[in-house]
Amino acid sequence: MKGISVRVEALTKHFGRVVALKVLDLDIKAGEMVAFLGPSGCGKTTTLLMIAGIYVPTAGAIYFGENRVDHLHPRDRDVGMVFQSYALYPHLTVFDNVAFPLRLKRMPAAELRRKVEQTAELLGIGHVLDRRPGQVSGGQQQRAALARALVKEPQVLLLDEPLSNLDAQIRLQARGEIRRLQQEIGVTSILVTHDQSEALAMADRVAVFSVGELQQFATPEELYRRPATTFAASFVGHPPMNLLAGTFTGSEFVADGLRIPLGRVLPAGPGHLGIRPEDAHLRGAVPGRVILVESLGRQALVTLALNGTQAKVVVDEASRPALGSEARLGYDPAALHLFDAAGRRIEV
Amino acid sequence: MPLLPPRWRVLVLVLVGVSLPIAAGVAWLLLSGTFDRVHGLLPVEGFAPENWRFLREPIGGRPPIAVALVNSLIFAGVVATAEVLIASMAAYAISRLSFPGRSWYLGLVLVLHAFPAVSLIIAIFYILRLLGLFDTLIGVIIVKASLELPLGIWLMKGFFDNLSWDMEMAALVDGMSRWTLFWKIALPMVRPGILALGTFALLSAWGEFILPFTLIVSGRSWTMAMYLQTLLGEAFTDYGMVAAVGLFYAIPVLAMFLLGQRYLLNIYAGGAKG
Repeated sequence: MKGISVRVEALTKHFGRVVALKVLDLDIKAGEMVAFLGPSGCGKTTTLLMIAGIYVPTAGAIYFGENRVDHLHPRDRDVGMVFQSYALYPHLTVFDNVAFPLRLKRMPAAELRRKVEQTAELLGIGHVLDRRPGQVSGGQQQRAALARALVKEPQVLLLDEPLSNLDAQIRLQARGEIRRLQQEIGVTSILVTHDQSEALAMADRVAVFSVGELQQFATPEELYRRPATTFAASFVGHPPMNLLAGTFTGSEFVADGLRIPLGRVLPAGPGHLGIRPEDAHLRGAVPGRVILVESLGRQALVTLALNGTQAKVVVDEASRPALGSEARLGYDPAALHLFDAAGRRIEV
Repeated sequence: MPLLPPRWRVLVLVLVGVSLPIAAGVAWLLLSGTFDRVHGLLPVEGFAPENWRFLREPIGGRPPIAVALVNSLIFAGVVATAEVLIASMAAYAISRLSFPGRSWYLGLVLVLHAFPAVSLIIAIFYILRLLGLFDTLIGVIIVKASLELPLGIWLMKGFFDNLSWDMEMAALVDGMSRWTLFWKIALPMVRPGILALGTFALLSAWGEFILPFTLIVSGRSWTMAMYLQTLLGEAFTDYGMVAAVGLFYAIPVLAMFLLGQRYLLNIYAGGAKG
């Protein structure tokens, strides 16, 4: 089976007076795995359900390849979907659950049995096919749901928080398995998640959403290196980026009485300055006091009090400063992230 | 055998005290149906199989008991089936679909339920006459089912509201239409609701008296409740036979409970979450 490209044009969804999704344009390549990342209520699931055909868009168009599909019933779109709750039919066995989409297509019994068993083997649930969903583990339910989505060899695979009901250990394992499987069969996939590490680890490209608006659509690396908005900057990266609101005064950024040299000259005006804790160090010029040191294992996360505000810095565990000591925040000016008053990245 | 703790003994005494009058009534029914004469709860004369002679021959000008029994079975069966079917479909629509006037309709259903059946009976009489359904079993079935529907719709709506949307979305994505989804996914998952509503509807229709009594005249459409009532209305009441008919009337309900209690008590357990 081969994936198909998915294109979303000026897609909008209103629920009564509530705007769930402002205007969205998105281009997903064939065979690509894309993650929709954002906090709850940001519009990512709404978008997914419109692509699935459950919600009818208020305006806009959805294309699979060259075909416009936004007017089609879900069953005519050829999509497979995995839900957060798995949504397995409790009154059917695992076999019948996986066979369900094929039965609806009136597939002959022999072919159906072969397909179901093949998919079940692929996902390692061949030995629980005769049990009911309530009688198998959470991980097996999740695989059964994935098998049901994949068995009909869909053009597009939609995953709505598929891992968030799993234990932490199984979740890491399932993350890798889903990604490996997706690359193996090459199905175009969309993963909805609020977990940034999941999105960054699994997806070719990540679309970051906030309050019904797309913030950035980029590769995980790009997202980390060059966040397009203050929201994307604060949402992606762990520990989160230090962000200060203040004023640019030519070659300096002024916030809360702090003066931070930029190493370049910018037009004056209000804006935001960001620096990732792992890009900062304690051998600089901005004076502060250590108020908290948290161990991260090999490294330590130091919180500095800076004249009314705070900043976090990652240092080697070996050189961790004493609590209460004086420290001087430093940074490479090239690692600074600059944003305008509206929170949009200033390209330098 | 361990004795119950003192607190429980008091509780048991209270329960027995409260249940005693009902138990005595059932005991009287059993004894009177079996023996010729009963003083209080003490049989004073021998067995009286002639109390049960209604099984063999028509009593007075009444139709044979078999007619009343079959009519009651049809009445209760059809009313319960219709009620479950219509209430489920209406409740699903109210719970899941958005259509103009939905909340208005929901309020109306509740208001309809507030009317006592008896207060509507004159109007119902005229309507059935107009439709040519007066004095027919089907007429009373329609009336009874309609009067019980509002409660059924609200009950079933509660069950449908508790279903996860995910399950239905999954079925739609898997390739189902709304209509097959209702029959194959939604209905099986509200089985406890169907059983509960079906049981209540069956019992309520089986015990219904006022509606058949008012809307049916001819003997061929009599139900068991009407048969029993005519025995009481005689100048000389044969209490032995009243009791025997009463017992006979109760047998199908008891049988239903004995055969079906496993299903009635077993709330369907299914897991959607891990």
